[in-house]
Amino acid sequence: MSNYLNCKKGLFSWLFTRDHKRIALLYMITVFSFFIVGGFFALLIRLELFKVGETIVNSAFYNQLMTYHGAVMIFMVIIPGIPAFLGNFVLPLQIGAKDVAFPTVNLLSWYCLVIGAFVTLTSLFLGGVDTGWTFYTPYSIETGTAVIPVVLGAFIMGFSSILTGLNFIVTIHQLRAPGMSFFKMPLFVWSLYSTAIIQVLATPVLAITLLLLVAERVLKVGVFDPAMGGDPILFQHFFWFYSHPAVYIMILPAMGVISELICAFSRKRIFGYKALVFASLGIAVVSFFVWGHHMYVSGQSEWAGIVFSVLTMLVGVPTAVKIFNWIATMFRGSLKFDTPFLYALGFLFLFLIGGVTGYMLAVLPFDVHVHDTYFVVAHFHYVMVGGSIMGIMGGFYYWFPKMFGRLYNEGMGQLGFALIFIGFNVTFFPQFILGINGMPRRYADYKAPYEALNQISTVGSWLIALGFIVAFTFLLWAMFKGRKASANPWGAKTLEWQSSSPPPHENFLETPVVTKEAYE
Amino acid sequence: MTDYVARLEKLEHFLIGISFLVCVLIVIVFVYFSFRYKRKRDDEKLEESSHHNTILEFTWSFIPFVIFMGSFVWGWILYSDFRREAPRDSLEIHVYGQKWNWEFVYKNGRKTSNELFVPVKRSVKLIMTSRDVIHSFYIPTFKIKQDVLPGLYTSLWFKANRKGRFEVFCTEFCGTGHSTMGAKLKVMSLEDWNNWLKTDPYKNLSLVEVGQKVFQGRCTACHNSTKEKLIGPGLAGIYNTQRELEGGMTLLADENYLRESILNPSAKISKGYANQMTPFAGLLSEEELSGLIEYIKSLN
Ligand code: HEC
Ligand SMILES: [Cu+2]
Ligand SMILES: [Cu+2]
Repeated sequence: MSNYLNCKKGLFSWLFTRDHKRIALLYMITVFSFFIVGGFFALLIRLELFKVGETIVNSAFYNQLMTYHGAVMIFMVIIPGIPAFLGNFVLPLQIGAKDVAFPTVNLLSWYCLVIGAFVTLTSLFLGGVDTGWTFYTPYSIETGTAVIPVVLGAFIMGFSSILTGLNFIVTIHQLRAPGMSFFKMPLFVWSLYSTAIIQVLATPVLAITLLLLVAERVLKVGVFDPAMGGDPILFQHFFWFYSHPAVYIMILPAMGVISELICAFSRKRIFGYKALVFASLGIAVVSFFVWGHHMYVSGQSEWAGIVFSVLTMLVGVPTAVKIFNWIATMFRGSLKFDTPFLYALGFLFLFLIGGVTGYMLAVLPFDVHVHDTYFVVAHFHYVMVGGSIMGIMGGFYYWFPKMFGRLYNEGMGQLGFALIFIGFNVTFFPQFILGINGMPRRYADYKAPYEALNQISTVGSWLIALGFIVAFTFLLWAMFKGRKASANPWGAKTLEWQSSSPPPHENFLETPVVTKEAYE
Repeated sequence: MTDYVARLEKLEHFLIGISFLVCVLIVIVFVYFSFRYKRKRDDEKLEESSHHNTILEFTWSFIPFVIFMGSFVWGWILYSDFRREAPRDSLEIHVYGQKWNWEFVYKNGRKTSNELFVPVKRSVKLIMTSRDVIHSFYIPTFKIKQDVLPGLYTSLWFKANRKGRFEVFCTEFCGTGHSTMGAKLKVMSLEDWNNWLKTDPYKNLSLVEVGQKVFQGRCTACHNSTKEKLIGPGLAGIYNTQRELEGGMTLLADENYLRESILNPSAKISKGYANQMTPFAGLLSEEELSGLIEYIKSLN
């Protein structure tokens, strides 16, 4: 039967495709390739930190490793990961549409990502960059390293994010199947919608900030550097005005995936649908007003700190609600522990720890102590990896049969999960303790008392690597050789499963008509 | 250590305790559900169960809200204490961050590098600024930190209630030497401190020894006293040799060359190195400068 994978052939039918499903697969290849690159940097970082003293790389090189690890993972993996890869594939299918609203713009977004990434990585051949992914001024103005290509690359990749967001908003408003009112949409769609709002409103601020940085470096316009009459704290405000909401670009869609997984593998309607919808929207809105919690010790005023602290606490409420609703969904369900569901449970556990440590960090004097220490490093890895990466992997396993029409190997999927999950905790849990004991982050070397915990952490990183090797090898194998999948192997209720696996070129042979509630 | 630490530790215990409790409870529930509701047959019939319950949903939003607000207020109270003006009678010390060392300047003009001496049981106020990029002054044992900015003073105060030696770290990324930019805080009795303050650090030292002392405080973040390169060239054996500069020139490293290299390093950049060195013009006394030059000569 003709499907989207075999309806056209040849490299150009992929590079110039306007089919959202094929574009999603282009994103898949890009995102996972960069994930391997970023992961490789991470392994080197952990290896250097295995022992006190300089072991495999010097501090100048270490600083570049930590910069590229951060920049690659954030701009090239996590931000495009769920919205652009999974979102692109699933969104039109879930709302019963043929494609997104602007298929050509959708392709353009992918090119923005690839070109931006390419520009960023050219800096590797110009001596590298060592500012950290945060580009704080005046260091980023003064350093002799290749800041400009990295910043311009991030600028270009920003457009990828903005255009995807715009595309999704219009798609959701315009292309829903007959009968699908807003409150009948699956929660993944809602989470993409909330994410898109942030992408469209916050990313331009980053773009402007980065341009100002370039202007300051090249044209010597004094904006951020006090030596030229600028204000370095202003940069931090601009930067976090984007980058805090960006944290929710990374986590909201993962939460959407988790809602789908929990419903599908519990065989139940989601508990508290509307609460979850409003929690997503609420998080999106409040996320714009909490950026200052990254700056408690920056020299901003005492009152600013207090206001940002209370607002940050408010984000905690909808987040807690989500966790309770997911667990309530499992109540009296019929739970099947396939790999995607294991990732969902992994998400719950890790995100819970990420969440409660986030709440601790919101408390002013505690943050003053652990700010810029490994406590923060551990916290955001629990949220980003424990959250976003678990979401991406869970979603990938879940929609894999739909994407490729084949089943992955369940045993190997579970083995991969187990290694990643255990490895993750071994790597990052000790870092909370290191942080409370005062080990600063972005340190190429540390004092002897911190060594034991660092060694445990490094061993954990090897387990994670092994886990991903297992997971990716068998997924790759299944893509070509896996058993054929039926249209709806999980017995899930959302529309994408009504189409064949893999779906035909324009998704549905007959436009579906929606009469039921979501997940009913 | 300080009263503040004692109070903060109470809050920390509360935060860790309640977080742990909440995590354990939630994990117990979902692990229990996992076993209890495991699918046994593929065509299993589900009992009808509700998918919405206003009272329940309100309760589990409200309880976290109360915990969050309570913690916020507790934090606020402590934070205001941390940020409040230092007591009038505080001892004031100026702190300068620069790549990659800390300089401390006391009221009587005494200076130290990477070692901060303070008396016990006396409030100390640090008035801090940076000579280049942003640094951050962090005393882990006292659980306090504050960013140190160029072109602006920030301050930090504490009152140590026991003697001892404590670590100081730089916690704002500031480049290659960031992880070595530490200092030692030495808390001593008031009497010892007063005596220490009055001593002349260079008394009875030869010029080379003065130089060595300054070198160890200010230069070792970037220079070895051997031939081995660090961020800058190793300084052993450079005196009286031809130095290659960026741009192809070579120059004899005589006393004047060394003097200029220290005071105004960007005038001539050594080949293969970045223009990274802090200009020391105005930061060293004539005696210290001559000492450094003699010390570098003595490394030959
Ligand atoms: C932030 C790092 C840094 C610090 C601190 C620093 N230097 Fe340097 N220094 C460099 C670098 C990099 C170079 C090579 C580039 C140049 O010539 O400016 C250099 C060059 C020199 C040279 C010229 C060497 C040659 O090859 O001809 C001398 C002499 C020197 N430094 C002395 C000192 C002394 C003395 C101190 C302490 C008072 C000091 N430096 C502190 C980084 C530093
Ligand atoms: Cu934030
Ligand atoms: Cu630093």
